[in-house]
Amino acid sequence: MNEVSQITEFGKVFIMMLMGILIVTLTFFASRFIAPRKPNPEKLTSYECGENPSGNSWVQFNLRFYVIALIFLLFDVEMAFIIPWTTIFGNADLVAADSRWGWFTLTEMFIFIGILILGLVYAWKKGDLEWVKPQPKIPATDQAIPLSVYDTINNERYTVKPFTTERTVEAVATSDVPDTAAKPAPRPAFKPTFRKPASS
Amino acid sequence: MELALVIQKFILVIVIFAVSLLVAMYSTWAERKVAAFLQDRVGPNRAGPGGILQPLADGIKMFTKEEIIPLDSNKFLFIAGPSLAILTACIGSAVIPWSTPLTIGSKTIPLQVTDINVGILYIFGVVSLGVYGILIGGWASNNKYSLMGAIRAASQNISYEIAMGLSIIALLMSTGSLSLKVIVEQQSGFWAHGWFTWNAFQQPLGFLIFLVCAFAETNRTPFDLPECETELIGGYHTEYSSMKLGFYLFAEYINMFVSSAVMASLYFGGYNFPFMHHLGLDANWLSILGIVAMLLKTFFFIFLFMWVRWTVPRFRYDQLMDLGWKVLIPLSIVNIVLTGIWITVKDIYFK
Repeated sequence: MNEVSQITEFGKVFIMMLMGILIVTLTFFASRFIAPRKPNPEKLTSYECGENPSGNSWVQFNLRFYVIALIFLLFDVEMAFIIPWTTIFGNADLVAADSRWGWFTLTEMFIFIGILILGLVYAWKKGDLEWVKPQPKIPATDQAIPLSVYDTINNERYTVKPFTTERTVEAVATSDVPDTAAKPAPRPAFKPTFRKPASS
Repeated sequence: MELALVIQKFILVIVIFAVSLLVAMYSTWAERKVAAFLQDRVGPNRAGPGGILQPLADGIKMFTKEEIIPLDSNKFLFIAGPSLAILTACIGSAVIPWSTPLTIGSKTIPLQVTDINVGILYIFGVVSLGVYGILIGGWASNNKYSLMGAIRAASQNISYEIAMGLSIIALLMSTGSLSLKVIVEQQSGFWAHGWFTWNAFQQPLGFLIFLVCAFAETNRTPFDLPECETELIGGYHTEYSSMKLGFYLFAEYINMFVSSAVMASLYFGGYNFPFMHHLGLDANWLSILGIVAMLLKTFFFIFLFMWVRWTVPRFRYDQLMDLGWKVLIPLSIVNIVLTGIWITVKDIYFK
C-alpha cells in the first residue's frame, strides 16, 4: 500500500495481540461453561503421589538457580548492546568511506566480547556453572558365585536352527505320548475357603 | 481506506491464528503418527480414516473435562499462567514473512502481519515472556513438582537464550538488518555469486547452535526436563486439568511451529525456493508457491522436532546446564569472532 498509513507497524502487533487475547478469553470462557464443576475436598487437594500433601511448597529453593539468573542478566544486557553494532558492522557505505572501518569496529567488539568472556571464565572458575552431579553408589554384596560363571554365561552363543515345516522325529515322539491325558490332574493340596470375618 | 487496511490486517491475523492453531492441532496427531512409525506401531487409527479426526476428539475431551483449581493455589495466577503461555506462543508469529505480497487488482496484500525493523528482537522478547507463563503456572499450583518443573524451565530457558542470541548475532553481522523481511529477501533464489544464498550455508555452526537452543526453548526432548514424567509427574502442569492443561500443551506445539518457521526464514530462505527466478512465473504465482515452500520447510523442521524426540534420550540436569553454558556459549562466541574476521577480510581483500 503506497499511501502513508496511520497504522504503524507496532499498531499491527497490537492488532495481533488483541486478537490473541480475544481468542484465549473466548476459549477460556467456553471451557468454563462446558466443563462440569463438582468440586469436593479430596479433588481440591494438591497432588502429591496420593499422600496427603505435607506443608506448603512455597519455600526457599536452591540458590544456584538464582545465581544462574544473575549471570543471565549480565549476558543478556551485553547481548542487547552487541545487536545494534551488528547492523552497522558490515554496512557497505561505511566500509567504502574508510577501509579501516571494518578492522576498527571489529577490534572494538573484540574488546567488548573479551570482557564478556572474562565474565564467563570468572563464573566458571568460581564454580557457579557447576551443577550437582549425581554420584551413584554401586552396592557391594558378598556372593559365593565366582565371576567366571557370569563370563561363561555371557560367552554362550545361541545358534538358530534352520526352519523346516516337517516335524522332527523327537518332537513327534514327545508330543504323541498318550499318558498325559490318562493321568488325572493332581488335586490342589490346599483348598482356599472364604469366611466372613467375625463381626465385631 | 484506513478502515480497509485495518480490516485486511484483521483478516490476515485471523488466518494466521487459524493456520497456527490448525498446525498445532495436527502436530499432536503427527507426533503420535511419527512416534508410531518410528516404533513400528500403527498409531491413532480409530477416529476417522487414519485417525485424522483424533485432534478434534482430543479437543472435545479437553473442553468437557472437569476444571479443578486446587484450594491451596493462587487462583488468579493459576488461571493467568496458561493464558499467558498460549498468548505469547500465538503472537510470536507476527513478524514472520509467509510470502511475498499478493497483488489483487490494484491492491497489494503483504503476507506478513507486521514488518517491524527489530523483528528478531521482537521474537526474542515474546519467547522470553513465554517463560513467565510456565513459571507463574508452576508457582501458583502450590505443588512441589510443579514448582520444581517451573524453576527448571525458567533456568533452562534463560541459559539457552544467551547461546541463541549469540548465534543470531553472528547471523545479523552478515545480514546487517534485524527485519525478517529483509533477511529473507537477501536469501532470494538458491544460488548466486558462486555460493548458496541461504544463510544455513554461510552460518552452519550458528544454525546448529540455534537448532539446539530452539529445542531447549520449546522444552522438547532431549531438553524436556521441566515436564519429565519419570521424575516430576507432569512438571509445571501437574495440577492442571481441562482446557488450562490444553493451553499448555497447545502452547508447546504452537511454539514448535513458530520456532520452525523462524528457523526456516532465518537460515533456510523462508519462502524462497531453488530456481524461483528461472520459472518465468508472475508475481502472484511466485507468492503462492512461496507460501507452499515456506510451509514445507516449516513442516520439515516440525518433523525434525518429532524425529529427535523419539530418537534421543533425555539429558540429566547437570549435563543440560553444562551443554548450555560450557559448550554452546563459548562456541557461539567463537562463531561471532570467526564471522567478524571473515566478513572484514572479505570486504577489504576480496572486492
